[in-house]
Amino acid sequence: MGAIQFSALLTALPGNISQGLIWGIMALGVFITFKLLNFADLSVDGTMATGGAVVVVLILSGWNPLAALLVAFIAGILAGLVTGILHTLLGIPDILSGILTQLALYSINLRILGGKANQGISVDKYDLLISSRTVSHAIVIGLVFTVALIIILYWYFGTEQGCAIRATGSNEHMARAQGINTKTMKILALALSNGIVAISGGLLAQYQGFADVSMGRGAIVIGLAAVIIGEVLLNAVFKKPTPFTVRLGFIALGGVIYYIVIGIVLWLRMPSNDMKLFSAIIVAIFLAVPYLKDKSGFKKAPKKVKKAEEVEENA
Amino acid sequence: MLNILKLSKTFSKGTVNEKVAIRDVTITFNDQDFVTVIGGNGAGKSTLLNLISGKLETDSGSISLDGVEISRLPEHKRAPMLGRVFQDPMMGTAADMMIEENMALAYRRGKSRGLRWGIGKKEREFYREHLEKLGLGLEDRLTTKVGLLSGGQRQALTLLMATMEQPKLLLLDEHTAALDPKTALKVLELSDQMIREQALTAIMVTHNMKDAITYGNRLIMMHEGRIILDVSGEEKKQLTVENLLKKFSEVSGDTFDSDKALLA
Repeated sequence: MGAIQFSALLTALPGNISQGLIWGIMALGVFITFKLLNFADLSVDGTMATGGAVVVVLILSGWNPLAALLVAFIAGILAGLVTGILHTLLGIPDILSGILTQLALYSINLRILGGKANQGISVDKYDLLISSRTVSHAIVIGLVFTVALIIILYWYFGTEQGCAIRATGSNEHMARAQGINTKTMKILALALSNGIVAISGGLLAQYQGFADVSMGRGAIVIGLAAVIIGEVLLNAVFKKPTPFTVRLGFIALGGVIYYIVIGIVLWLRMPSNDMKLFSAIIVAIFLAVPYLKDKSGFKKAPKKVKKAEEVEENA
Repeated sequence: MLNILKLSKTFSKGTVNEKVAIRDVTITFNDQDFVTVIGGNGAGKSTLLNLISGKLETDSGSISLDGVEISRLPEHKRAPMLGRVFQDPMMGTAADMMIEENMALAYRRGKSRGLRWGIGKKEREFYREHLEKLGLGLEDRLTTKVGLLSGGQRQALTLLMATMEQPKLLLLDEHTAALDPKTALKVLELSDQMIREQALTAIMVTHNMKDAITYGNRLIMMHEGRIILDVSGEEKKQLTVENLLKKFSEVSGDTFDSDKALLA
């Protein structure tokens, strides 16, 4: 075993950054459901792979990569719709709705990939948008997508419809009392979120040169890690409320930081097979800390309301 | 005008926990009635309001508001006609959103929510004017997140949001019960003022007999899911807590079971 060399870490850094940017886009999708809607959506593990599978298959059959990404976006939206309908119209709990979609997508993704578990796409033969072969170019493309997405999300969540989604996530009682159809808002947010995750999957597949049916396994955890890292960092840098764009920027940055940390851990010779264990532990710690610090966490208000109702009804 | 006809609601029907909350209630609320609703715990006061607002589904009977049957409409479709303030000050506003965003959400109650910007350019001045009326200094804090406000401030804001676009009916569900006495009085005075100024039709549930007597032009008392007393006009003005309690035991053959109301 050779010595751990600092230069090796620096060499790996641009690759970590470009990969982190792609996962940052995924994290922006997770942010919509987890933070704005207060909905832990596990379907993204499936949609990440759906995005990758759709893009690879379409490019292999001669499609333009950008058009292929658009189709991936639509496929992601459809998957999100399914989760949304399972939850709102059929009354299945949020986590379970996501798990069902995720499971169903595994079969669907296999079908998209023509029954194979993975499908390669060579940057030598196809004109890909983004590839790990040219990392600096990949960083630029990653940044372009990230910035464009942040601008679009900033606009959308400032519109009447976006505000209605945010109100639904913040206080469902209030939203309904203001005439908002909270079911529709949940479905819209889930669709948008999964569409974005599928785009991220489509970019990742091109970047790594293949789509794999299990490329999304644990994606939700990485997405959450990026969201949490981004928010912790945001609160550490700014003490006061920040514009929505800055908040979104930090989420994307969270993805980059996550991959830099992964790079460091790998550089320290931690077996890459242990990476998911490591990710899960990190996310568990970050999720637990705010709870332990202040047991009144963010779900306090709804709980209190429930108690008041129970008192009234049981009395 | 609100017409309630043979309205019934039972919780956990067919189980050991079965509880009849509203028994065959029929009542009419006239335009510009300010009705206070009083009764012990479990009398059905809040359930009645929740059935009107659509938070709970009715078992049988009808509710019609200005001739429109609303008892089968989902909650969000009834919302445009109603203004609501809840017991829990946290419930009426979105904590993660700014004061102006909350008001913009209320301003669009009953309108379609499309891809126009969430707050129109001219709206802020309108919101500022409304907030000034509260006298809480909120007019200078339009971009403050509502979660940073006190319970009283949030309740006053909720009240403003409920009445900003004149509702056909204002539902106040023990909306001062969770506030300290001084703030409760302020919010109550504010409610009274808004109801009078805009000539609103309002139903206010309260645990406090004195408040029920002081405010409004009509008082109804509920017991075990029924309306057992309905007084208005001059007769209501003559009411005192003592004769209200006496009336209660006469009509219900029971003693009033809410300590809170007795102490008030």
